[in-house]
Amino acid sequence: MNYSIFSLARAALSGHKNWKPTWRDAAPKDRYDVIIIGGGGHGLATAWFLASEFGIRNVAVLEKGWIGSGNAGRNTTIIRSNYGLPGNTGFYELSMKLWETMEQDLNYNAMVSQRGVLNLYHSDAQRDAFARRGNTMRINGIDAELLDQAALRKMLPFLNFDNARFPVQGGLLQRRGGTARHDAVVWGYAHAASELGVDIIQNCEVTGFTRDANGKVTGVETSRGKISAGKVGMAVAGSSSRVAAMAGLRLPIESHVLQAFVSEAIKPLIPGVMTFGAGHFYVSQSDKGGLVFGGDIDGYNSYAQRGNLPVVEDVCEGGMALIPMIGRVRLLRQWGGIMDMSMDGTPIIDKSPVDGLYINAGWCYGGFKATPGSGFVFAHLIARDQSHKEAALFRLDRFQRGAMIDEKGQGAQPNLH
Amino acid sequence: MRIVCPFCGERELGEFTYLGDAKPQRPAADAGEDAIYDYVYLRDNIAGPMSEHWYHGGGCRAWLKVTRNTLTHEISSVEPAAGAGAAKVGA
Repeated sequence: MNYSIFSLARAALSGHKNWKPTWRDAAPKDRYDVIIIGGGGHGLATAWFLASEFGIRNVAVLEKGWIGSGNAGRNTTIIRSNYGLPGNTGFYELSMKLWETMEQDLNYNAMVSQRGVLNLYHSDAQRDAFARRGNTMRINGIDAELLDQAALRKMLPFLNFDNARFPVQGGLLQRRGGTARHDAVVWGYAHAASELGVDIIQNCEVTGFTRDANGKVTGVETSRGKISAGKVGMAVAGSSSRVAAMAGLRLPIESHVLQAFVSEAIKPLIPGVMTFGAGHFYVSQSDKGGLVFGGDIDGYNSYAQRGNLPVVEDVCEGGMALIPMIGRVRLLRQWGGIMDMSMDGTPIIDKSPVDGLYINAGWCYGGFKATPGSGFVFAHLIARDQSHKEAALFRLDRFQRGAMIDEKGQGAQPNLH
Repeated sequence: MRIVCPFCGERELGEFTYLGDAKPQRPAADAGEDAIYDYVYLRDNIAGPMSEHWYHGGGCRAWLKVTRNTLTHEISSVEPAAGAGAAKVGA
């Protein structure tokens, strides 16, 4: 169905009894041109771009549980394109531009809200590093503003500006950054892809790949039977190593748990997204009033989708150091998601060494903002067998070639990215 | 998650630092680039019981070899990793 002010009015006047499911829950067919493993934001976006941009409509998205039940439903909903390294800068801006048109493109309200993303700096050296990143962004046509303390005092009077150890000196602001409603992004892509004929198949776990005599992937074995395919793409962040292992591949990835938190609802306080530059703490306020925040990953390999208390303490300490007045706000919920931590902190979007299998992985804890861009370039790769120019550096073999994209400069230690 | 250090007893997680999978072994100095690539970058990324190196920085400062299930965080054994972790980080 198509959503408009009229469909909303019609549904309201008939007591909201006539809403139809927004996407079709399909049963698997015997064969598809393309199978995407993983019904999260990236997988569904890939399917939609395959159908809408690249004319491949005989597509299935296979999801082990229900769509959006992994990291797409567990993130802190931030969108931004404030990266400084070649490879990242252009790709995330491509994604940002797609966020700006997504709701019209999909005919779905994803509550994209460009309320600004502000990275705070606390020393002269950090200001210089932020100025450099801001300049890189502006040279590439991306908005960035370096704000001093006086400007921030007007904007955010409640910050702990005079902290003895980490005074807030200023910040780098990207006004076009912000937040989006994460579940609605999943449903929006499902809605639009389903309208174009994509089969979204839930409760269908991939258990293996079928290969021909030359080793080419010819389809997948699933908990709902064998399905053959011309090409198979995997977008299963968190479980990439496990799925790749079914094709005999080892990846430069470790799975780690990242926790996120939401407080009880309070009156409007935080106008945009804010990040503390002296520890790791980032926060925004949801439209319902809860403070949505997070920090570092726990730091050890995990598939458990729950974390431990030291990180809870560390994140809350970061919040207290930056905004002392939130000390009496109660924590409402916390949860954990499994991150594909790559060895340089940057994603992998590439053909795999196995013919017919395409990899979209290694999103670390930055996958949500990349959802539309990732879908677009992955669809491009699958449809044309060639990397999109904005994803041309996200190659699987870059570690062998010494062409890492290490935004934080941490080296091959995934729990530090 | 708590770790029972063989030297200090049961201690909270914040005292420990994680290094990672204990399986990769540093290749010989004359091993080829592929062996180095494999050692530095590729991981089994096990879902299940995994042997790993932890450092007890908040206690005895010993390197430990911990067997832990990555699906449940359950720890089944902790033993000293004499030299193993220290060699890996070049200490």
